Amino acid sequence: MPSRTGARSSRSRPELGLLLLGMFVLLGGSLVPLGAASSADAAGGSTGKDAECNKTKTEHNITKKAFPVLSLEYGHVKVPFEISLWVLLASLMKLGFHLIPRLSGIVPESCLLISVGLLVGLLIKLAGEDVPPVLDSKLFFLCLLPPIILDAGYFLPIRPFMENLGTILMFAVVGTLWNAFFVGGLLFAACQIPQAGLSDVGILPCLLFGSIISAVDPVAVLAVFEEIHINELLHILVFGESLLNDAVTVVLYHLFEEFSLVGSVTVLDGFLGVISFLVVALGGVLVGAIYGFLASFTSRFTSHTRVIEPLFVFVYSYMAYLSAEVFHLSGIMALIACGAVMRPYVEANISHKSHTTIKYFLKMWSSVSETLIFIFLGVATVDGKHKWNWTFVTSTVILCLVARVIGVVSLTFVINKFRIVKLTTKDQFIIAYGGLRGAIAFSLGYLLDCRHFPRDMFLTAIITVIFFTVFVQGMTIKPLVDLLAVKKKQEAKRSINEEIHTQFLDHLLTGIEDICGHYGHHHWKDKLNRFNKKYVKKFLIVGERSKEPQLIAFYHKMEMKHAIQMVESGSRLPSAMPSTVSMQNIQPKIPPALPKPAERALPQLRKGREEEIRKILRSNLQRTRQRLHSYNRHTLVADPFEDGLNEFLLKKQKMIELDKKIKEMTTYLTVPAAAADSPTMSRARLASGRHTDFIPAHQQKGKPSDPQSYHVRPTADGVPSIQVDLASPDSPDSVKLLDEFRQAEKQEQDEDQGLMMRPPSSGPNKPGGKDEAKEQQKLMRCLSDPGPGADEDEDEDEPFLP
Amino acid sequence: MGASHPRSEQHQYHELMAKTGFSLEQIKNLHIRFQHLSGNEETIRRKHLSSIPALANNPIKKEIIEAFFDKRNQHENETGSFEEIGFEQFLMVMSHFRPPTLRTKDEEREALRKEKLHFLFNMHDTDSDGIITLEEYRKVVEELLSKSGNIGQEAARAIADAAMLEVASTNAPDMGPDDFYEGITFEHFEQMLQNLELESRMHIRFLDVKTTTMHCGKATM
Repeated sequence: MPSRTGARSSRSRPELGLLLLGMFVLLGGSLVPLGAASSADAAGGSTGKDAECNKTKTEHNITKKAFPVLSLEYGHVKVPFEISLWVLLASLMKLGFHLIPRLSGIVPESCLLISVGLLVGLLIKLAGEDVPPVLDSKLFFLCLLPPIILDAGYFLPIRPFMENLGTILMFAVVGTLWNAFFVGGLLFAACQIPQAGLSDVGILPCLLFGSIISAVDPVAVLAVFEEIHINELLHILVFGESLLNDAVTVVLYHLFEEFSLVGSVTVLDGFLGVISFLVVALGGVLVGAIYGFLASFTSRFTSHTRVIEPLFVFVYSYMAYLSAEVFHLSGIMALIACGAVMRPYVEANISHKSHTTIKYFLKMWSSVSETLIFIFLGVATVDGKHKWNWTFVTSTVILCLVARVIGVVSLTFVINKFRIVKLTTKDQFIIAYGGLRGAIAFSLGYLLDCRHFPRDMFLTAIITVIFFTVFVQGMTIKPLVDLLAVKKKQEAKRSINEEIHTQFLDHLLTGIEDICGHYGHHHWKDKLNRFNKKYVKKFLIVGERSKEPQLIAFYHKMEMKHAIQMVESGSRLPSAMPSTVSMQNIQPKIPPALPKPAERALPQLRKGREEEIRKILRSNLQRTRQRLHSYNRHTLVADPFEDGLNEFLLKKQKMIELDKKIKEMTTYLTVPAAAADSPTMSRARLASGRHTDFIPAHQQKGKPSDPQSYHVRPTADGVPSIQVDLASPDSPDSVKLLDEFRQAEKQEQDEDQGLMMRPPSSGPNKPGGKDEAKEQQKLMRCLSDPGPGADEDEDEDEPFLP
Repeated sequence: MGASHPRSEQHQYHELMAKTGFSLEQIKNLHIRFQHLSGNEETIRRKHLSSIPALANNPIKKEIIEAFFDKRNQHENETGSFEEIGFEQFLMVMSHFRPPTLRTKDEEREALRKEKLHFLFNMHDTDSDGIITLEEYRKVVEELLSKSGNIGQEAARAIADAAMLEVASTNAPDMGPDDFYEGITFEHFEQMLQNLELESRMHIRFLDVKTTTMHCGKATM
């Protein structure tokens, strides 16, 4: 892929502009709503300063005071200080809950956080201060909600979501509409009861209220469902519904708000409302998709500036959200679409570290946001000017529940006619019970104009419903799930076999559909995949990875995970390999004509010895790593696992092309070399990490090597693979082991010697270059080396035995 | 197929319904498709299926076609393969792809799942010896990656080996260094795929309404 450097610099300027704009918006958004008083202060201060400037010319006689050694000035840090305090409070609360062992099992976190909020609000009120308008809609919608939604969208499991999309849409659109009209309508009827004193509430405000209260809230659903671990299907149904009903809510809200002022609705307006819904929903998705593609395209060029990769993900997503909000499109759907679209491409382009960073930042922000939202709910409850009306509130609560149940049951009846995996009664119950309301409803209510609507009464009712759903439903759903024996989430990680067969099934079903002659959804999915592979991936993914089939990408990821696990776990055996099975158990039997002394040698190593060796190696490795880190804020230290791995793999690819000429591979095991950290190596690890190149018989001129000595061949492209464990007297896994480990003992005694590491930029983990003790080098490789580097190939051509 | 069916055909359909579990409408539609594929002959050969244009892009096209001619899929305890198949055999193979209904009881679900697993197993076990050897598994992965060019071929071995290793470790964890793991038996295969919920995933929607072929159908069971 040719790099167009000229185009790159010109492309960076608009991006820079976008970046700065994003930053300003973020800053502005976070500072504006917090504390109206502080802005008054600042305004006063600035004009004051200007006035002062004009005055100082005339006043010269300022009395001299002692120079203030320690002074107190709170005003100018007030706003950031308070924000930080809130965030700190939220985080400490989160910590605290998990320290109390029993509590987090019984009470869901959301309830505890609301209670804390109530407490804090009470305290502030008792202290006589004004409770800050914390759940101000601007703060909520611009700062607190986006991280949660982005986190949900980026990690959305696409496959189950797409498979159940029809069901989810039915629940989200039809279900929400039903809820809104049912609640609004019956509430209006309830208002007509003369004793209630609510006869002045018109039908349209009631419908507006209905539309606000009927939407299932993603924040609350996430918070509660996260702890109950139900199976994937139910989780994605309820959660998907809570995300997609945003479009409906937005349209209904604006519709009824507009028309409440006018006072009447015509059929035309209803029709326009439907069109508006389509525009809002599809427009939101489109905006999100556009930004998603932009982000993917940008990530294609970040190979030299890895540090800011996560920033692109965040900023583009936030921009998608804001852009959608500009046009009154559904910001939530834009955010989901952006995250879901960009993820496969961005993940193929960015470094592993950036991926981890994105994951952790998203989790961190969404966690803090969620905590803050619940605390603020509590505070706002205390603070709000409430107007309690028994009829209104109780009928709201009851109607919400009833509407939800009726809606779910009837919709499921219809949906089951089209589904293959039908929804059972248990499923329906959980879906209905999981319809929690949350802070979005509150914020929408807060936005209402109090001159036209009985806002306080609405807010009271909304808060009551929220409290009811979160406390009662949230607390009881876990025992109910256990009681009803609803299927839980399966914890097992996906294995390579499952992945192979999932792909196989996909192709098989597509083929059968083609034979049957009708274009079912497998056919279209297949078409989409092929289009994706042929055009889109080439455009958005950098380099070789654009051609990587999904199976290989999966395998690569798995091996990488194992590798990292191995290095991190150090002394523990990775649990992935509890068995003693290794490659040789699977390979067809080689004629057993050769003695295998190496096999006998292996069991001689006791566990304790193994421990010692590994400890030595690890400590030396760590020391040399520390020596190399020169601190530089702007660059990441080259990670040998990262960039080195890619270089190394490219080199190996070249080598395999050379080796291809060697024909006599059939007698010898030709499985390519393993990364030292793949699971199978955990058994061969003892032998030594040293890889020798394969030298077939006819090339071994003058080298006293046994024709059976195996030579692990370098692998092709990006697939670290398995090492063969066959051994012969000449192979590295030979008796010389004992010599090596005696050396290790010596090494224990002179720790200062340590091992020199070449600077990582010169290649992958290449410990000990110029060291005379080659054995030490080999020992080092046991744990750290992903494979031989090019510089050492000439060394390795010599057989192990001197 | 006109509006008047000869008596024997009706009878034949009912027999097929009982044997394969399809509804009358579905059988009729599939018969139309069968006749379209076979060029109005009584039997289908491999070349008829090979010539379906949409299958050209499928990496496992050969395996799929072979599955239709595999005697093991007819559930009559024979092995080997046919040269040509009639409508009844065609339908038998198709019946492996029926989804469970709401009324399917648990034992029936189990049986359905086993049936589908056997179908998959037979697709992999090309020499009919009841075991999927390393060679056969390698072939499977190679075929899967066959449309991906060179990258696919070289990695296929490694992936197949890793997969085999995983099955071996789960099912025979305590093998000594000299033991040899023959291959994946049906039990191991079943255990390996137990999380996939095959009975709900391995299905296609068969058309109930009478449409001409090549139409996107709205389908119900």
